[in-house]
Amino acid sequence: MLLIPCPWCGPRPENEFHYGGEAGIVRPVDPAAVDDAAWAAYLYHRTNPKGLHRERWRHQFGCGRFFNATRDTVTDQITGTAKP
Amino acid sequence: MRFSLVSLARQAFGGAAWPRQWREAEPKPAYDVVIVGAGGHGLATAYYLAKEHGIRDVAVLDKGWLGGGNTGRNTTIIRSNYLQDESAAIYEHALKLWETLSGELNYNVMYSPRGVMMLAHNEHDTRVFKRHVHANRLQGIDNEWLTPQQAKAFCPPLHVGTDARYPVLGAALQRRGGVARHDAVAWGYARGASAMGVDIVQNCEVTGISRQPNGAVAGVETTRGTILANKVAVVAAGHTSVLMGMAGVRMPLESFPLQALVSEPVKPVMPCVVMSNTVHAYISQSDKGELVIGAGTDAYTSYSQAGGLHISSHTLEAICELFPSFRRLRMLRSWGGIVDVTPDRSPIIGLTPVPGLFVNCGWGTGGFKATPGSGHVFAATIARGEPHPIAAPFGLDRFRTGRLIDEAAAAAVSH
Repeated sequence: MLLIPCPWCGPRPENEFHYGGEAGIVRPVDPAAVDDAAWAAYLYHRTNPKGLHRERWRHQFGCGRFFNATRDTVTDQITGTAKP
Repeated sequence: MRFSLVSLARQAFGGAAWPRQWREAEPKPAYDVVIVGAGGHGLATAYYLAKEHGIRDVAVLDKGWLGGGNTGRNTTIIRSNYLQDESAAIYEHALKLWETLSGELNYNVMYSPRGVMMLAHNEHDTRVFKRHVHANRLQGIDNEWLTPQQAKAFCPPLHVGTDARYPVLGAALQRRGGVARHDAVAWGYARGASAMGVDIVQNCEVTGISRQPNGAVAGVETTRGTILANKVAVVAAGHTSVLMGMAGVRMPLESFPLQALVSEPVKPVMPCVVMSNTVHAYISQSDKGELVIGAGTDAYTSYSQAGGLHISSHTLEAICELFPSFRRLRMLRSWGGIVDVTPDRSPIIGLTPVPGLFVNCGWGTGGFKATPGSGHVFAATIARGEPHPIAAPFGLDRFRTGRLIDEAAAAAVSH
């Protein structure tokens, strides 16, 4: 179980959190205006890196707030968090 | 050597060392086809390329050892009772190949159709599994509905009392489902492919995918030098995103650690495979006597090959509730494998935007059962340069067209 440093509450066990996937995936402003490839990229395509990963977490059973974290997907070490 | 009763007896009493079952190959500068990943799917692909398509100038590269990834880490469950017609076709194709695989390879893969029983614990499960049973019967695939008492009769250690937190309300049983020896599948395919001239190159990590001036694949860069090939097939499970990234292709995949564990060995106690999506557990017994238990995936993407302890504890709690007699068993080992999960829980098999580059991935938490069928249709896809009819619905393009093959309910591991 990871010990996740919530930027508001401090380090808390992983089961207080909900994983939100890769950070920085931006929904197209006008979905009807983009083509199928761009829409598929938004919905499905992910970087899935082996190494540093910028990702979203929500402190679901704590303060309830979202934040971004950077984690090494090989060691699972969280190297930094940022308030949105 | 070809295995037979006579050859086994001669070997057993002759005292000579067993011969190596496949050649340890040095990489050549060029091949017709390079397959990246010497797991079951990659080795099966090489085997069928050589056997059915006469393409024997093939290398199978692996960064580690043969069958050391998910092939050697899964819980060996085989079944074909998926919901959608496309899935039923490919998993049933695989199941039919399993039935004759030991004879085909002249290598005992210990396929044991002992029955796979999927438990229903609530109204939703019951409806979903009955829908699966009806869909499977229309597809010509065996799957039947059992009452709790019938489930208990089929699997005596199962607790079907109403005092459980999630009592068993019924079960879907595929009698032709079962297990096989996972390592033997990799070894058997490796032996068969190697005998037909395929080079299996271990400890050879692919570090780049090189391209021709027109954009087509030129070969791969590896830790053991450059290898040229006009056709490169990526069969790398959890590391597919990393490899495809070398060719500039972004994949609809996320990689998660999936855990399994085994108990201390005991006498035969578990006659079949039991799976439960709702309480999340799956369990069978190996021929060594260990109970083989599948746990879940971690919530976050990772390449760590080790999952959180709370994931396996959660599964063991469910096992203890379903099988009270297993409560005092000790667990011997646990491990993780990196599984590549697609948005619709169905695999991706076929061509890619890069000419000459093929991919077979996205098997997620349930790829072992498909090994022979996956390799068979992927070999045809590579040989012909167009998807095999069974593989065609599983193309990468489905995420753009929206023709997804939703198997979220069929996958036992919730994710």
